Amino acid sequence: MSVNGKRTVDEFHKALGKVMWDYVGMARNRTGLQKALELIPKLREEFWSDVKIVGAANDLNNELEKAGRVADFFELGELLARDALHREESCGGHFREEYHTEEGEAKRDDERFSYVAAWEFTGDGNTPNLHKEPLSFEYVKPSQRSYK
Amino acid sequence: MDFTLKVWRQKDRNDKGRFGHYKAKDISPDASFLEMLDVVNTGLVMKGEEPIAFDHDCREGICGSCGVMVNGRAHGPGRGVATCELRMRSFDDGEEIVVEPWRATPFPVIKDLVVDRSAFDRIITAGGFISARTGSAPDANAIPVPKVIADEAFDAAACIGCGACVAACKNGSAMLFVAAKVSQLALLPQGHAERTLRVERMVAQMDAEGFGACSNTEACEAECPKEISVSHIARLNREYLRARVL
Repeated sequence: MSVNGKRTVDEFHKALGKVMWDYVGMARNRTGLQKALELIPKLREEFWSDVKIVGAANDLNNELEKAGRVADFFELGELLARDALHREESCGGHFREEYHTEEGEAKRDDERFSYVAAWEFTGDGNTPNLHKEPLSFEYVKPSQRSYK
Repeated sequence: MDFTLKVWRQKDRNDKGRFGHYKAKDISPDASFLEMLDVVNTGLVMKGEEPIAFDHDCREGICGSCGVMVNGRAHGPGRGVATCELRMRSFDDGEEIVVEPWRATPFPVIKDLVVDRSAFDRIITAGGFISARTGSAPDANAIPVPKVIADEAFDAAACIGCGACVAACKNGSAMLFVAAKVSQLALLPQGHAERTLRVERMVAQMDAEGFGACSNTEACEAECPKEISVSHIARLNREYLRARVL
């Protein structure tokens, strides 16, 4: 609240939303994700130096509550982009435009990416650490989904 | 569209409160009432003034958070809509709109248009549930429930617990809310086992919270965003009578 800047919480929320929509949407690609990873930290810095939150800290304050959420969205948004850039395959809701079959279906790369990525927070502005939790299938074998 | 707003402002529970006057300019007729408040609030924040506090969550008429009195009516003009579903085209251009919180002793104002509705939660905690383990969803025809009964229970279950019935009632009665919850469970086989204790406890809690009695004016049904029928109140009364005499 002490920032006392010029831009509202909603303004930052919408600006972040636009970056996520444009570059970290359902279909994403390397160039776009790299662009998002430049834009989000920049916007986050602007947030922490120019956000305007009115009201008091000890009352019910919707603006302050919203600001806390948007602050979290910056971290989560950046992590989403980072993970999407790292995962060089298409899988489920993650469709990388570079990786698809000839018919345009999602193309997985189980050799390299058959794991759950758990990113460990290493402090503000630091790159998180990747922990891989391998997915092993004993009975069912992953295959290509087809809606045909 | 342009509007003049007369909005209840109250810093906290202990503040006396007063009306504040605001202009809402260039509002789309398709904007919801809450979106209109968002626009006004952005203007207030830019001027360094405190925005109008109001409750909202889903903004699609199912969460029950957003009720306010608009021109003296719970959830404003129109039938079967919550405040978030109310469109600005329902008003005349240039109209003055009066916005107030729910007014009822058991719903104290927390700030501006936000009231504390935890009295409803306590009524539910008193008996608005079944304690039997139901496990996963059974086969649809494992427990036969006639269609008319299922429909009736579903109509009651549509209650979103917004509190409009209390705000609309001259007695500040919560009978429609409690009736919807009691009725929904009393109609279905799963609710039968605890029907006696349930109705006794929920009614006792309703009274303890300070809600008024029902005098059958049916304002609650007229203002309910889910159009829940007062016939559920008749079922609540019957359930209560049954619990007391059997």
